[in-house]
Amino acid sequence: MAEADNYEDTVKGKKEVDFAQFEDTKSGLLGRIQHALHVNPALVPLIILVFAIALFGLLLGQRFFSAGTLTLILQQVQIVGVLAAAQTLIILTAGIDLSVGAIAVLSSVIMGQMTFRYGVPAEISILIGFAFGAGIGAVSGFLVSRIKIPPFIVTLGIWQVVLAANYLFANNQTIRSSDLRAEAPALLFLGNRVEIGGANFTFGVILMILIFIALGYALRSTAWGRHVYAVGDDPEAAQLAGVNVKRTLMSVYMLTGLICAVAGWVMIGRFSSVSPSASTGVIGNIQSITAVVIGGLSLFGGRGSIYGALFGAMIVGVFELGLRMAGADPQWTFMLIGMLIIGAVGLDQWIRKVSA
Amino acid sequence: MKKLLIGTALAAITTAGSAMADDHTSACLITKTDTNPFFVKMREGATATAEKLGIKLNSYAGQIDGDNESQVAAIETCIANGASGILLTPSDSAAIVPSVEAAREAGLLVIALDTPLDPIDAANATFATDNFLAGELIGAWAAASLGEDAANAKIAMLDLAISQPTVGVLRDQGFLTGFGIDTVDVSQWGDETDERIICNEVTSGNEEGGRLAMENCLAVDPEINVVYTINEPAAAGAYEALAAIGREDDVLIVSVDGGCPGIKNVADGVIGATSQQYPLLMASLGIEAIAQFAADGTLPQNTEGKNFLDTGVSLVTDKPAEGVESISVAEGTDLCWG
Repeated sequence: MAEADNYEDTVKGKKEVDFAQFEDTKSGLLGRIQHALHVNPALVPLIILVFAIALFGLLLGQRFFSAGTLTLILQQVQIVGVLAAAQTLIILTAGIDLSVGAIAVLSSVIMGQMTFRYGVPAEISILIGFAFGAGIGAVSGFLVSRIKIPPFIVTLGIWQVVLAANYLFANNQTIRSSDLRAEAPALLFLGNRVEIGGANFTFGVILMILIFIALGYALRSTAWGRHVYAVGDDPEAAQLAGVNVKRTLMSVYMLTGLICAVAGWVMIGRFSSVSPSASTGVIGNIQSITAVVIGGLSLFGGRGSIYGALFGAMIVGVFELGLRMAGADPQWTFMLIGMLIIGAVGLDQWIRKVSA
Repeated sequence: MKKLLIGTALAAITTAGSAMADDHTSACLITKTDTNPFFVKMREGATATAEKLGIKLNSYAGQIDGDNESQVAAIETCIANGASGILLTPSDSAAIVPSVEAAREAGLLVIALDTPLDPIDAANATFATDNFLAGELIGAWAAASLGEDAANAKIAMLDLAISQPTVGVLRDQGFLTGFGIDTVDVSQWGDETDERIICNEVTSGNEEGGRLAMENCLAVDPEINVVYTINEPAAAGAYEALAAIGREDDVLIVSVDGGCPGIKNVADGVIGATSQQYPLLMASLGIEAIAQFAADGTLPQNTEGKNFLDTGVSLVTDKPAEGVESISVAEGTDLCWG
């Protein structure tokens, strides 16, 4: 016992001892780049984003490189952006969420139908929509953390369930813009815009950026955020270190559901209508995963910056709008994005070697 | 590093910026998807006419049918690109309206092709098939072909979707009107009380759905002898279901569309008669209207007595019935699409 108790001797005796250190053993330019990328995971997507904007600026001139068009890109990516923020949380825990788009569409339909079918004031309807989103997230979180079903399977199921519930509940009715404007302007709140010069910032875009800033802060500077990274990196080690893994997972899935519901509200603002057949329900999951992966987040969890996901979404937006304005066949966009995904993951594998 | 990149990009852009300005009239074609032959033909018609008139045409499409988001993004692109006009087949005819309004406010001419917007006057004009008339023609043909037996016909109605999209309702109710059956409320199908209607089933407008729907109907009454189908793929599926029980030769199948595979099925006797529509004409007339609008601001006019411009419909069959005007399969083949 006495011998086992001397672990504090070094500190007490103030002896100079070399503790274990992470030393950068790789040298040369390539090694340093590899290290820089490892430390700043959002750097690659940011560079690609700047290059993409420059490229289309060169190709299309003023039409593209104007405040109006550049902020139009933000408007076009606001839904995928918010979904990507939600997806990031799940992917950081080494999970994947296939249901994000479906939750967004169902939430938007709930917000709309609560007001138009049941006469609930729009402000309350929005809160009900949020509650539904968080509730669906709680179901996923429970199944993942307590029943130990893999996230892929859980959200594959939830995706179908939510989408079907959405069609059944909505009765395939689209709520039109004229009705929304007349009876429930609160639902359209995020469609309002501030104009600065030629730049157009909708409230939805501003909300998206605020969500990223808030999550960026929470993930980097709060205990909860570090727990999320720890759980994604190695749940067993996190558990041993005293992190409540189940509760952390639960909170992540609920927060994700809530953010998806916010995305539903953003959708109403952007399209000025509520439609159960919005394609976000079907392809929103793939779009958000694409943004996250291009943004340099590791699908193995525990690594990457949430800002990467924002840049990833914007890269896709720049390519989509740029190629469209250039009059290219839309299939080229999908081909390019496919190559970007593979390139991004390849790069991720290379960067991972820095720590190996 | 970042500053350097942005600086380089800015420098490069300012030098290249003004060189790109061009004074061509440009137009946009936005379809539901770019894989359905109907829209492929539409694109061909638009491209050919645009080339002839010296208009720059950009084409966009949704990723899947019902993809409103991509169409909204496409309209925004057309506005940003300074196009003169947009030809649009809306995926969600109500949800797209705010974007169309924005385009019109920005001074663009918006023409709905094939599918009217909801409300129809949200677009400057609509160039479309008269789907009610298309249904009426096949209904009248079926009734005339049956002669006296029409009074005891057993009819299967193979519709599009449970949400009752306008196009499906118009064709269905047109068929019943042409056949001489009371449609009760003409704005929806399925509310009819006539006992000759055995079933209303939905097909999603494809072979698989057509076969399943026909099987369901035959389970209700195996003696069905008239089959209305929303389009030719659904008709082909219905034919397979009938062939499976050996009844393919004593049932009249009628349809709407006029695609080349469908016309071939008329020639082969799978489909008795079909109403042919003309997507290529819709698109080429649309491009001409945009050219006219860009030149002197003239707006397209509707067909007299209708709230859209009717691009025409013809009944295609090799067994013409008395009192119903039709064209032969050979003529239909010359005009078919897809």
